[in-house]
Amino acid sequence: MSDITKLSLNELIKNIRNKKLSSTEITNSFIERSEKSKKLNTYVTDNFSNALAAAKIFDEKPNMDLKLPGIPIAVKDLFCTNGVRTTAGSNILNNFIPPYESTVTQSMWDEGAILLGKLNCDEFAMGSSNETSFFGNVQNPIGENLVPGGSSGGSSAALAANLTPVTIGTDTGGSIRQPASFTGTVGLKPTYGSCSRYGIVAFASSLDQAGPMSQNVKDAALLLEVISKFDNKDSTSIDFKRNKYSSELTNNIKGLKIGIPNEYRVEGMPKEIEDLWKTGIEIIKDCGAEIVDISLPNTKYALPTYYIVAPAEASSNLARYDGVKYGFRSEGENLIDMYEKTRSEGFGEEVKRRILIGTYVLSSGYYDAYYLKAQKVRQLIKKDFDNVYNNVDAILTPSTPSSAFKIGEKTDDPVSMYLNDIFTVPVNLAGLPGISIPTGIDNKGFPLGLQIIGKPFDEQTILNIAYSMEEKINFKNDITDWWM
Amino acid sequence: MTIDLKTVKHISKLARISTDEKKANKLANDLNSIFKFIEALNELDTEKVEPLTSIADTKLRLREDKFEANNIRDKILKNSPDENKDYFVVPKVVE
Amino acid sequence: MDVMAKNNQFFIEREQNKYEVVIGLEVHAQVTSDSKLFSSSPTKFGAEPNTQVSLVDAAFPGMLPVINEFCIKQAIKTGIGLKAKINKKSIFDRKNYFYADLPQGYQISQYKYPIIGEGKVILDMADGQKEIGIERLHLEQDAGKSIHDIDPTNTFVDLNRSGVALMEIVSKPDLRSPEEVNIYIKKLRSIMRYLGTCDGNMQEGSLRADVNVSVRRQGDDNFGTRCEIKNVNSIKFMQMAIIYEANRQVDLIEEGKNIDQETRLFDTKKNETRSMRSKEDAHDYRYFPDPDLLPLEISDEFISKIKDEIPELPDEKKKRFIDKFNLSSYEANILVSDFDTSKYFEEVIKNSDVKLATNWITGELFAVLNEKNLEISKSPVSSNNLSKLINLIKDGTISGKIAKTIFEEMIDGDKDPQTIVDQKGLKQESDPKALEELINKVIKNNTSKVEEYKSGKDKLFGFFVGQVMKESKGKGNPQLINKILKEKLNG
Repeated sequence: MSDITKLSLNELIKNIRNKKLSSTEITNSFIERSEKSKKLNTYVTDNFSNALAAAKIFDEKPNMDLKLPGIPIAVKDLFCTNGVRTTAGSNILNNFIPPYESTVTQSMWDEGAILLGKLNCDEFAMGSSNETSFFGNVQNPIGENLVPGGSSGGSSAALAANLTPVTIGTDTGGSIRQPASFTGTVGLKPTYGSCSRYGIVAFASSLDQAGPMSQNVKDAALLLEVISKFDNKDSTSIDFKRNKYSSELTNNIKGLKIGIPNEYRVEGMPKEIEDLWKTGIEIIKDCGAEIVDISLPNTKYALPTYYIVAPAEASSNLARYDGVKYGFRSEGENLIDMYEKTRSEGFGEEVKRRILIGTYVLSSGYYDAYYLKAQKVRQLIKKDFDNVYNNVDAILTPSTPSSAFKIGEKTDDPVSMYLNDIFTVPVNLAGLPGISIPTGIDNKGFPLGLQIIGKPFDEQTILNIAYSMEEKINFKNDITDWWM
Repeated sequence: MTIDLKTVKHISKLARISTDEKKANKLANDLNSIFKFIEALNELDTEKVEPLTSIADTKLRLREDKFEANNIRDKILKNSPDENKDYFVVPKVVE
Repeated sequence: MDVMAKNNQFFIEREQNKYEVVIGLEVHAQVTSDSKLFSSSPTKFGAEPNTQVSLVDAAFPGMLPVINEFCIKQAIKTGIGLKAKINKKSIFDRKNYFYADLPQGYQISQYKYPIIGEGKVILDMADGQKEIGIERLHLEQDAGKSIHDIDPTNTFVDLNRSGVALMEIVSKPDLRSPEEVNIYIKKLRSIMRYLGTCDGNMQEGSLRADVNVSVRRQGDDNFGTRCEIKNVNSIKFMQMAIIYEANRQVDLIEEGKNIDQETRLFDTKKNETRSMRSKEDAHDYRYFPDPDLLPLEISDEFISKIKDEIPELPDEKKKRFIDKFNLSSYEANILVSDFDTSKYFEEVIKNSDVKLATNWITGELFAVLNEKNLEISKSPVSSNNLSKLINLIKDGTISGKIAKTIFEEMIDGDKDPQTIVDQKGLKQESDPKALEELINKVIKNNTSKVEEYKSGKDKLFGFFVGQVMKESKGKGNPQLINKILKEKLNG
């Protein structure tokens, strides 16, 4: 089989279970292709030799009852992996080897998956283009010198380039859905509290969620089924009854009501995005679901709210990187000097900018005006969704206000970079599940995605809608292997 | 409202990030443009809104008071920048 | 309440002015628990450095806090002991600052919404009672320990204590003297020991306090500028620090200078307080609700279950001792101030006389414990044996004097007093015939003294008693000897 790496996760599993392919063959194929794809700069750390060894062990005594039998998977370098370097894309964790495993990755290994390597990402997941990584920017396989989106940019690029059959990312303000949209892939951010945050390098604790990224909806459903688990090591993990996402997946969405929020028609939105959205609406109707116009009046306050809440939490979450216990240290004359040198050399510019924003909005005299205010607006944004969910089952919006842009295009203008997340951020603020599916291309031929936002804990419905739409859209990523 | 150089230096100090004059100027610029965009919130009246303290729709779970007597000192100290086998080591602190 | 305390006043006097000292305490009491507040590491004192540290305690990336139910119960218990309001919803906040022994770069604490609200502590002063208001009690994590004296150029950090649960108990600025501070701390400790919520061991750092001190001219209604003296770990040092600090502030006022509101450190070697510069620029703690945790909600049922576990507390016990056993307020105070003492006392009086028990415990027993530097829980004489001894006195088997001799012997290995009496034949001689014989013998041997007595030298009576006692080898019943001797000599 020559095109092993082109196979979807479900196809690979089928081939393994049918003994048409061994884990070793599959693992070898992805390693070979990854080796030839260094130009994309997707891997920060590879785990190839360990992966091969693990594949051999699997093949000697294959357990086909597992959900991910012998499947090699590379993950975002924000998940702590026992004994394998974990950097969060930062110099400050350049040499950090965790003696523990994140709950989410552990769930994957428990189901037979094999760690292929750690994928590049924006530093501490702060970015929308993967350009803030200490390990350099990542190339979007869609076209040379295009960003793959961010912060899970290494993940989206590796997935689109078939260097890993599926992957997992984390999404704080759009970091799974936006890169999925930029690379013509599927990305799902689960309801806050679905996937354990234990062992994931924290960016903004009240927003961070891990989620699956895949070539198709069915693969996303299966991977979600593996990683969405209650975990008592995370106090914000929620013990709700989870669906069997993959086996309950259906393309019957007749009678569902899908909301179209008026406020997502933002000023200056390219016509292509508007058209894409219309296409999506037609497809939904075609599937037998009902379209309902809805209003989410506080949408325009989501991004400003996010840029208070996320940096505030980050400024505190990143205080532990101080050169004392692990990671990078720059020697100083005294403790304070050591702290300041370590943190200014260890962190990149965007991370420092956000730490300072966060420090400022929490500082004495400004807390009420910024942080408290943002918490109140966050309440309003959540209530907007609560209200519309009395009438609709899900919401359809564009995933991003544009397609992938050129590397370097937005690095000097933080605000224009932040605007990338305008459609994804409200979902994080309200703790809801959202999925981005590739829906079309713009006039440059770059993929564009639509986002389906669900009710809390109702991942099954958005998966079903995405699955139905996917069938009708029949999107094919046009990737030429230009980097090889 | 604008963030001046003095404020940038003050918050840098609080965040334990050293800045020189040039960097501080650039940061002040960046922060001002970000805050200009953030201040859109001011037009909203939130007087009567309860702040959202947690997005997780669940109650705080309580753990049983049981200890795990695992001495993992070696693991804990292994990533430490200093070689000491018993302690974390930092430059002398004078109080 | 008895009489309000008023004579126990403390002023700092200068030529022209008299100053009152105003003190508020923030007591940090280590919660008695097996594991830490947010992790499962053990809390035992004195372990090898960094051996009781989990990934959570050392703040490894991606590690998350999970709260210990027992610590919450302990805080609520303590709140009940302080007659305080239990807040059904409280929030854990992050207090952000950088320090070598603070691995997260923040301490999880409670800021705006503490678990326990206002309460009070009653102080028993020499001249009456005084009520000290409690502002709040909240739960927080302890930091690790920085060790500055192992190495000349480096500070060593031990995180064993990092994450251990503390209760911070904040008093209102109601304290007015070092003596009140002494009694307040002891009372607080006594309440927590009764409840089993904090062992109060100051040597091991289980109880420490930040002391807020300000001064004002006598009669002034406004508070002066206060200084906070951080982390003082003994009552004696608290008192010394207060006296030094109050005098320093008075001197500044007298010189017409300003007092800066600041954090100070008490130097125990120099007996002075000094400004703590290292904390100066870290003063903006940027508190915000910890997004890794949810608000803590406590149900009425949870609280009522805890209420059922609350033992009788010192104030109530004292009242009962006074009412039921007719003890003086002073005696009751001594017996209830320490839970183990009250427990010992109640065990002793189960089968023996209250008055004698009170005297023996506060007298002989305390003297021995003091001398041997022992807690009453480790008393060399068990409550059971002390009770037996008291009964031997009460029923006339032995005299009080003999009892003291027996007690000396009991200390060595908690011996049964009856056995000692039997073995050494120390039983009191109460047979009138036997005593009369002895008395006759003494009278016969001291004829000239008898003459003197009879001619009016009354003082000699004591001499005869002594002689008879000597003849009885100390075992004669003193009351009987007195009685028979009087009859003989006067008759």
